[in-house]
Amino acid sequence: MIHARNLPFITTLAIFVIAYALCVLQFPNMLSTRVIGNLLTDNAFLGIAAVGMTFVILSSGIDLSVGSVIAFTSVFVAVMVGSFGVHPLTAFIAALVISTLFGCLMGAMIRYLLIPPFVVTLAGMFLARGAAYLVSTESVPITHEFIDAMMGFYIRFPGGGRLTLLAMIMLAVFIAGIFIASRTRFGANVYAIGGNIQSAELMGVPVGSTTIRIYALSGFLSGLAGIVYTLYTSSGYSLATVGVELDAIAAVVIGGTLLTGGVGLIAGTFVGILLQGLIQTYIVFDGTLSSWWTKIVIGILLFVFIVLQRTIIWYSNRQLAVRQLKEV
Amino acid sequence: MSAQHALLEARGIGKSFFGIPALDEVDFTLGRGEIHALLGENGAGKSTLIKILTGVYRRDRGTIALDGNEVSPEDVGQAQALGIGTVYQEVNLLENLTVAENLFLGRQPRRFGMIDRRAMREQSKALLARYGLNIDVDALLASYSVAIRQLIAIARAVDLSGKVLVLDEPTASLDANEVKGLFSVLRQLREEGLGIVIITHFLDQVYEIADRVTVLRNGRLVGSRALSELPRLELISMMLGRELQHITREHQAEPETVDERGAPSIRFQNYGKKGSVAPFDLDIRPGEVVGVAGLLGSGRTETAFLLFGIDRADSGTATIDGAQANISSPEAAIASGFGFCPEERKTDGIVGDLSVADNIVLALQASRGWMRPISSAQKRELADAFIKSLDIRPADRERPIKFLSGGNQQKAILARWLVTEPRLLILDEPTRGIDIGAHAEILKMIERLCSEGMSLIVISSELEELTAVAHRVVVLSDRRHVAELSGSQLTTDAIIEAIAGTGRTEAA
Repeated sequence: MIHARNLPFITTLAIFVIAYALCVLQFPNMLSTRVIGNLLTDNAFLGIAAVGMTFVILSSGIDLSVGSVIAFTSVFVAVMVGSFGVHPLTAFIAALVISTLFGCLMGAMIRYLLIPPFVVTLAGMFLARGAAYLVSTESVPITHEFIDAMMGFYIRFPGGGRLTLLAMIMLAVFIAGIFIASRTRFGANVYAIGGNIQSAELMGVPVGSTTIRIYALSGFLSGLAGIVYTLYTSSGYSLATVGVELDAIAAVVIGGTLLTGGVGLIAGTFVGILLQGLIQTYIVFDGTLSSWWTKIVIGILLFVFIVLQRTIIWYSNRQLAVRQLKEV
Repeated sequence: MSAQHALLEARGIGKSFFGIPALDEVDFTLGRGEIHALLGENGAGKSTLIKILTGVYRRDRGTIALDGNEVSPEDVGQAQALGIGTVYQEVNLLENLTVAENLFLGRQPRRFGMIDRRAMREQSKALLARYGLNIDVDALLASYSVAIRQLIAIARAVDLSGKVLVLDEPTASLDANEVKGLFSVLRQLREEGLGIVIITHFLDQVYEIADRVTVLRNGRLVGSRALSELPRLELISMMLGRELQHITREHQAEPETVDERGAPSIRFQNYGKKGSVAPFDLDIRPGEVVGVAGLLGSGRTETAFLLFGIDRADSGTATIDGAQANISSPEAAIASGFGFCPEERKTDGIVGDLSVADNIVLALQASRGWMRPISSAQKRELADAFIKSLDIRPADRERPIKFLSGGNQQKAILARWLVTEPRLLILDEPTRGIDIGAHAEILKMIERLCSEGMSLIVISSELEELTAVAHRVVVLSDRRHVAELSGSQLTTDAIIEAIAGTGRTEAA
């Protein structure tokens, strides 16, 4: 059964399929597995961060620290491995622990000091960015045989495309995210808090621990995105990934999640990421368009989706009102 | 432990907020298989008591025993686990989830650590079938009517808790048929031995469904009685705080002197709004205090909203000094010289973070428009004058108003309207939640204002206050103006009888 709340997701999916079909009509090569493989790899770090962002937005919160945390983790890992010779795996674990604790702390401040998420994560954004500068202001290259082995691992598609380890990590994160959101009590609690925090509390949802876990999850996934970004660029740079949180928010909203919380799907965010990747790929294929067209199209899509969501809410409220009038 | 224990027994419950007592030494006893109505006006302490019993608030004093064992629920979850479930009137279930998700939130059936959606669906269907509901449990809650949502909430609460069910205004938005359906469910639950607490302001429904009633007033216990031996008249006087004895009017304004004030200057004729208040006539003379009496939900506040243009009347006319007036918005009402002090001072009245002076000049500034700001010298002057004349304490015009006591906040709101020199001031529950001293001062102020020629409408659930201060009292019941009392008819007994009289004829 199609709920009205899933309509934005279905619309996004339809837009993606149509857009892809149009692209393929113009450039038949865009259907190749090579293009698809690259699309997944290029957007792996963004996709991972967007999964965390989806949970945050579903709970009617926001996490502005994502881009800074990615930059911090990438510089941190690069310096640990490059300058101090730590084994990459150790550096990864340390980075994940730090980013998760950072998320925990922000969640606790939001819940217990009752500071709006926007403000807390804005502070977190500056803090993480500053910490990244503190580690190094240079672009730090990273080489290690373990990392080479990781980057050398891929599954070959028929047609020459590669499903890289980075793309696999992103897909695994999406699959795990879909299960957590739809099949665990934690996921149900996230939707409940996003729907109405007072009701959720009165129904016995542990709002405090759930809020902390939501931001811890977002912190963890930002850290993981940072690691993937480090592997992707083979370096760490504290000025990188500025504004990535906004790209992630755009993917979440285009994927049909309501910014007011409580309604949305992780799978929608995946389509949102693919749609952004598709636009970038099209611009590369076209060759004459400026890369700014990506931003312009994303901006237009966002407008369209926000209007669409408003219309759906307005329409379903009206339906409800009409039905209740009939009952009277 | 003998089996003689009551199901739920609260003794000497006390609770204060910021030093102001909301509940004082309240006892409450609920038996098995009993439907117990909890009654009282706004601010009587009903919801505070309920929130303490259900773990939302923690009590300052007293004991609660469930099945003879002392309990101290720390949060809603604990109270639910102990067996006390609640269905609130408004904030209740989650509209963005499906029916099944709502029923099993926080206790979903799981297989291998994952929510088992199929089992959840089956169990939801089985659960709702017990209440005669056969609906699609995978549809969003938002797609169902309030009545069905209520049954879903009850099903959840009973399934979750199973000993005590608390219902806060369950019938407020139901029609007659839906109420009937709800009551048959409640009777079925009573048969099963559940203790049910119901808060409502519909007295007919109390007599129809409840076995016992406990009445609170001003945070204190008035009494707890079996309904079979409690006449309606006595119940109303318990709620409104007057024993049935004749008292004479205490104020000096004689009816004759009022008539001498001449013809009414403000007249509302056949004024009303569907679903809010039935059409009524109301004449107001200069210098007159018109009281409005009625139980909670009788249309008191709705009348004020109509008169001040917050709700638009859909019938009737308003005339001021013989000329027709169109009071379609609060701005229009202010332009016609009206002022309104709302009942919910904290949410609708004060702007907590602004200073006393800013709060006082707010309405004057609004009536002048933002193009003509009040100079700060003028603001200081006005604020100081009213702080002095109304004796607002502390006499510090720059202090944020939220730090003042309730009585002083109320005075500052009064000052806000007095600055605009209104001809008609509407006061909704002007003395609620303020201490005795400030209470008397505000009553004195009302008398002084009307002696200066201002007309006032005073809405109050304190009957003694009305009879003391008003020249005339309009009595409301069931959203209709049912009586108008003045002169020697104006006694608390007459008001109670007017309220009860209509209730009785309707019940019959």
